[in-house]
Amino acid sequence: MADAIPRLGALDHLGLAARATAEPGAAGVWLGERRFLAKINLRGDPQNAAFMQAAGAALDGVQPTTAPNTAVRAAAIDLLWLGPDEWLVVAAAGSEAALAARLAAAVAPHGGTVTDVTESRTTITVSGPRARDALAKGCPIDLHPRRFRPGDCAQSLLARVGVILLRADDATGPVPRFELHVLRSMADYLWRFLEDAGQEYGVAVVESEDRSQGSGIR
Amino acid sequence: MLLIHCPWCGPREEVEFRCGGQGHIARPADAMDISDAEYARYLFMRTNPKGWHYERWNHVHGCRRWFNALRHTVTHEIRATYRPGEKKPPLPDGTT
Ligand SMILES: [Zn+2]
Repeated sequence: MADAIPRLGALDHLGLAARATAEPGAAGVWLGERRFLAKINLRGDPQNAAFMQAAGAALDGVQPTTAPNTAVRAAAIDLLWLGPDEWLVVAAAGSEAALAARLAAAVAPHGGTVTDVTESRTTITVSGPRARDALAKGCPIDLHPRRFRPGDCAQSLLARVGVILLRADDATGPVPRFELHVLRSMADYLWRFLEDAGQEYGVAVVESEDRSQGSGIR
Repeated sequence: MLLIHCPWCGPREEVEFRCGGQGHIARPADAMDISDAEYARYLFMRTNPKGWHYERWNHVHGCRRWFNALRHTVTHEIRATYRPGEKKPPLPDGTT
């Protein structure tokens, strides 16, 4: 059998690892990438209690929410509202095949559908004391802490690119943290936009972290 | 820039939306039996009012759902937005 084809990240060509620091210091905007997070699209009828129950059970008790533009965040899974009958499951890199199979088996009898969309997007993290200022240069969403709270998510445009935006901090730390799920083909452009937007505040590249390892910043 | 109220997401900037043309167009129930001219009327012919207009909109860069809107084609005022299946609001007073 041939060796496995090496998996390339959407931003690997930028050599971010070589620039990455654990100490962003005085930089106002901290950028990072979380490569290969499992992403699974879930659709089904929220009025169907059996579907909702089956989905929640297959997702370790993480229940799909019907509250628009919010996410349910658990230790191993983020479940983002995308529409009245649509959610995005985000989980640890490498877990997509097993998780999608488990979820599909659970919801299919109740009219639910599951699509593994892991490869469609990568995840850029934007953190630091000036993260909001950098994002505000290209995003129509009001990111004020009172309006866009921990666990809130939104689909919108950032610098004319469609993004799924999540407030990923819990407001206990000193700085906000956002995760942007962006189509791979737009990731290079969006990264460069963010570096440019953050330039006046100082940009630090922070080490890419895997969800399973956790992080001090998170 | 308009703020448009998505029935699910709430107020969002105009750039996230696309207008999908006239709303509340019902497909003929007897589509197999009507004439080509009648079918063409359903498929292609649209009103083009100067004034209030019931329209379909899509929150294309947000939740990607279709909804209905009552919009004034001159002032661009959007009087109401509502989900598919919901009753259409009356025209504002004094208009037809
Ligand atoms: Zn919406």
